[in-house]
Amino acid sequence: MSTYRVPDLESEKRLSEIRRAAAQGEPLPQGVVPAGSPFPLQEPSSGYYKIPLLKEPQWTHEVPIYFFVGGAGGAAALIASVAEGLGEHRDLVRSARWMAALSGAVSSGLLTSDLGVPSRFLNMLRVFKVQSPMSMGAWTLTAFSSFSAASAFADLLRGKLGNVVPVRVVQNASSILAAATGLVMSSYTGVLVGATVIPVWNRHVGTLPIHFAASGLNSAVSMLELIGHDDSTALNLIGLGASAYETIEGALIETDKSRVSSPLKKGKSGLIVRAGGVLSGPVPLALRLAYMFTGNKKFRRAAAVAGIAGSLLTRFGWVEAGKSSARDYSIPLNPPLSANSSSTLGSESDFAVSRSAS
Amino acid sequence: MSANTTAFLTDSTLCIGCKACEVACKEWNQLPDDGFEWSGNSYDNTGALGHSTWRHVKFVENSPETGTGGNSGEQLPAWGFSSDVCKHCEVAGCLEACPTGAIVRMEFGAVYIQPDVCNGCSYCVVSCPFGVVQRNEDDGRAFKCTFCSDRQRAGLKPACAQACPTESIKFGPLDELTKEAEVRLQELEARGIHDAVVYNPTDTSVGGIHALFLLRGDPRNYNLPPQPEVPTTYLGKGWKSAAIAAGSMLALTLLSFIGGKQ
Repeated sequence: MSTYRVPDLESEKRLSEIRRAAAQGEPLPQGVVPAGSPFPLQEPSSGYYKIPLLKEPQWTHEVPIYFFVGGAGGAAALIASVAEGLGEHRDLVRSARWMAALSGAVSSGLLTSDLGVPSRFLNMLRVFKVQSPMSMGAWTLTAFSSFSAASAFADLLRGKLGNVVPVRVVQNASSILAAATGLVMSSYTGVLVGATVIPVWNRHVGTLPIHFAASGLNSAVSMLELIGHDDSTALNLIGLGASAYETIEGALIETDKSRVSSPLKKGKSGLIVRAGGVLSGPVPLALRLAYMFTGNKKFRRAAAVAGIAGSLLTRFGWVEAGKSSARDYSIPLNPPLSANSSSTLGSESDFAVSRSAS
Repeated sequence: MSANTTAFLTDSTLCIGCKACEVACKEWNQLPDDGFEWSGNSYDNTGALGHSTWRHVKFVENSPETGTGGNSGEQLPAWGFSSDVCKHCEVAGCLEACPTGAIVRMEFGAVYIQPDVCNGCSYCVVSCPFGVVQRNEDDGRAFKCTFCSDRQRAGLKPACAQACPTESIKFGPLDELTKEAEVRLQELEARGIHDAVVYNPTDTSVGGIHALFLLRGDPRNYNLPPQPEVPTTYLGKGWKSAAIAAGSMLALTLLSFIGGKQ
């Protein structure tokens, strides 16, 4: 635990001082001063020796990568379905469909390897718990990866067998189901993170799903553009919308003065969240607008690269912020005086430092 | 809460800080050590509850008043001890969050992690408002106090309560212990100790706990949160936002493809 004090030079020096004095028979004027004294006295607002009351999230790096891959894949399935329904070019539909299928497979791998006991992934499917976002997520991922794979496989068959009825039925059904579950894939991770005891996460539970969905959409269009679909106006418009929302979200975070939100702005986690916010919000927004006015595809490709990097950083930043938030001992000990009013939750002055019962 | 719901009442005014509960718990449950570092925090080198620590004695130092040795009724004891444990909440965050159904409610009200089902997703870790559950990174699974479910089934007291030499840790039916705590408060009051409180957050979404604590002073001194909330309270807001997110994604994609054609 990080709170442990390691023996240091100071205490060693003090010890030899005491030894020397004792050997010379000198009386010590202040008696023995133990190393580390004066000892910390108790203060209710700082809890038990400032040891964090909450446990840090024990998620490994697979989890934010999963948020990124799953979010992009879910959005890709949606793009495939909508593009096909509106008679868009088949190449774009096929790319989006394969992207969704691939992300479904990779997501399953990531969500399995982050487990403490990966061989027990299937234990997730022995219950269906509406009150557990993790359970809902496991089922959504299972459905999404199956439907997106079926849809891509049907695409393959269609190339071999032609446009026969059974293939078309499978393709249409799986495509729609993949898009529907893809919508959940892109947004549920916000609920997963938000419905926890970690203060910075649950404070933002009302916007995290939208934030993550926008991030997923942003990275999906960016990936499609980078693999060659950079003349589709629709993709650029989606990218514009998503990065516009991300800009608003960034502004909301920056103007939130609460201590609970400080991990989003300060320290290592703040750096990652801010970098992610800039790269997925204002930067692609400006570059996409520049592309619209100049028609220079360099701008668009730069926007796509920024969007992907921003989305990935955003996921890592939020997980990191959760860890940092759990380390802030003060928040769970000093809840805002006005309970149940989340609108005023935890502005810096709400943390009353009082010795109530002593 | 049924009639056979059992509970702990940890009476901090009787605790002498001997850590027999910690030792008995480790011995009965065969828990690994948790390192041998000095913390510098009074006589507590354990720090907090965790995957290998299911009972934890907290040592709280208050400034003593010269002459009374800090043991008068008017001021907090110079040295306070309290043995912490899993709260076995009435509405348990970990139990609600567990996606495998590994965490279950036992017949006597305990919240129990079945080690043969847990797959180590660690979602319970971020769902416990008391920071009790923890994943053992070597083993991969999450662990916490079992309320000695094995001993209770055999009609025995939990190991910590059995080992406690001063009966600071009391074990019995929840309703009886709740009354006993009130009686003890009055008894202390009569002796001139006015700052004793029973920690049981019944007015929060946790809905009360099965491990009551009787302490002197502010429970926050012992890292007991004044307003623990079960994370399921955030679900409504979260899923509403997810629905808005899905709707907006669909609308944006549709509009973009329609607009892109013109």
